[in-house]
Amino acid sequence: MKDQLYKYLLLLGDNSMILGHRLSELCGHGPNLETDIALTNISLDLFGQVRSYFKYAATLKEGETEDSIAFLRFERDYYNTILVEQPNKDFAHVIVRQFLFDAYHKPLLEQLMNSKDETISAIAHKSIKESKYHLRFSSEWVKRLGDGTEISHQKTQNAFNTLMPYIEELFIETPLELAMKNEGIGADLNLVKASFDKTMSDVLPSANIETSDIKLRKTNGKSGFHSEYLGFILTELQYMQRAYPDMSW
Amino acid sequence: MTQEIKLEEIFQSRIDNGEKIEPKDWMPEKYRKTHIRQISQHAHSEIVGMLPEGNWITRAPSLKRKCCLLAKVQDEAGHGLYLYSAAETLGITRDEMTEQLLSGKAKYSSIFNYPTLSWADIGAIGWLVDGAAIINQVMLTRTSFGPYARAMVRICKEESFHQRQGYEIMLGLAQGTQAQKDMAQDALNRFWWPSLMMFGPRDEDSPNTAQSMKWKIKRKTNDELRQQFIDITAPQADYLGLTIPDPALKWNEERGHYDYGEIDWEEFWQVVKGNGPCNKERIDARQKAWDDGEWVRDAAMAYANKKAANRNESKTGS
Ligand SMILES: [Fe+2]
Ligand SMILES: [Fe+2]
Ligand SMILES: [Fe+2]
Repeated sequence: MKDQLYKYLLLLGDNSMILGHRLSELCGHGPNLETDIALTNISLDLFGQVRSYFKYAATLKEGETEDSIAFLRFERDYYNTILVEQPNKDFAHVIVRQFLFDAYHKPLLEQLMNSKDETISAIAHKSIKESKYHLRFSSEWVKRLGDGTEISHQKTQNAFNTLMPYIEELFIETPLELAMKNEGIGADLNLVKASFDKTMSDVLPSANIETSDIKLRKTNGKSGFHSEYLGFILTELQYMQRAYPDMSW
Repeated sequence: MTQEIKLEEIFQSRIDNGEKIEPKDWMPEKYRKTHIRQISQHAHSEIVGMLPEGNWITRAPSLKRKCCLLAKVQDEAGHGLYLYSAAETLGITRDEMTEQLLSGKAKYSSIFNYPTLSWADIGAIGWLVDGAAIINQVMLTRTSFGPYARAMVRICKEESFHQRQGYEIMLGLAQGTQAQKDMAQDALNRFWWPSLMMFGPRDEDSPNTAQSMKWKIKRKTNDELRQQFIDITAPQADYLGLTIPDPALKWNEERGHYDYGEIDWEEFWQVVKGNGPCNKERIDARQKAWDDGEWVRDAAMAYANKKAANRNESKTGS
């Protein structure tokens, strides 16, 4: 049980961390100052959540700290989904990746608020406000780009074509998630999916985005099978901890 | 003509009395131009300054440090935003200012043309660069132009937080392993002299100082500010156990100040002219963000116009 809870916390934290990392790459490079600030804000919120999850996880396993958990695992031991690893190809990809994640993350947190695990519930209570704001931000931008100019529409549709295929794994229950759900600790992904679908049907028509033809892809980042991007992300993320082991900063 | 002279006299006496000049007030054209130049260059410095520090966000050594650095760089974006807004009150747009930055017409602080080569540089920048900026900016909280002075009050609070955070990073390194100490010393070696250059040329090479003093943009000369910075910083370096890379640096009992060695003014002017180690990379990065962002800004504009048109339609329709 303790082992499973530990892994579940990593799964929750890793999605936030890898997405937070991708957003942090953009800091100082946004299309204008306002969006630069907003995206950095989202990154900061996500890293704040990561710290809460990993601090808690560190109490469950001898010898671990939030930083050893964040920085000192091998690639296969990260449990984030493939969606959040996808690169910042352009601003449309950044927004669409965020929107798809937020549409999943918000209902996930809503359920975790009722988790039998008090710490998870407390983290979810704190994070839900942030997640609602993120979803509002990303939905607004999906509409703005989808219904802006011909070019922005095309770029946004392209981003959905590229990124939407990765949503499938968000809702496929792994044995770990099943066990956590049965314990009353984890979320029910069917309910998360229902909410996700509703967000899509609320937002996409006003953005003139068409997704019915998009084929979903079989991916399994949640079990540690990643895209080629993750290795490079970890190379940067872990650089200091690997190059200067056992030091405090 | 006499009218103009009269207005200028009244204007100057308002400044002398410590009144703030507001954007709608009459002001000499030169006052307006000087402020547009100075405030926009200050704004550009905040924005370009995001780049060398942003360089280490993805490689920050701990989650806590990463969050602090993200928040710091985000603060700098906020500073840029207030300052651009302050400059806009004088009749220039943010887009125009951006174009001046990209074309090289407007300058920004040369310190950001130096590379950040190790994590310790993030500590050194907070400690020295934000530290030097505060000395300039505390003075500016009392400058005559209201929007600039008010922006500075807000900004200074955050800058002193950055300075403490930077010093704290250095302290951690100085108390760490030999590798960490070396990293800290190396950062100080590289950032010390460029930090002193942040106060600008020597007083005798700084012809605008008198006018700036009259308008209270400046209350102390470049050399006075530089001295103030050195006097504050030298004991801090001692406390860290680091050596300032200036053999001539020595406390002078008689003057009540530190003496210091000659600054390499040739290097200073080279970097100002665009020949520093990272001038090209910094402008290229801003240019890329500007170019990549164009379709996004266009889309936001088109969308806002559509929404406004819809609102008008529904108004006339009802
Ligand atoms: Fe700043
Ligand atoms: Fe500043
Ligand atoms: Fe700062």
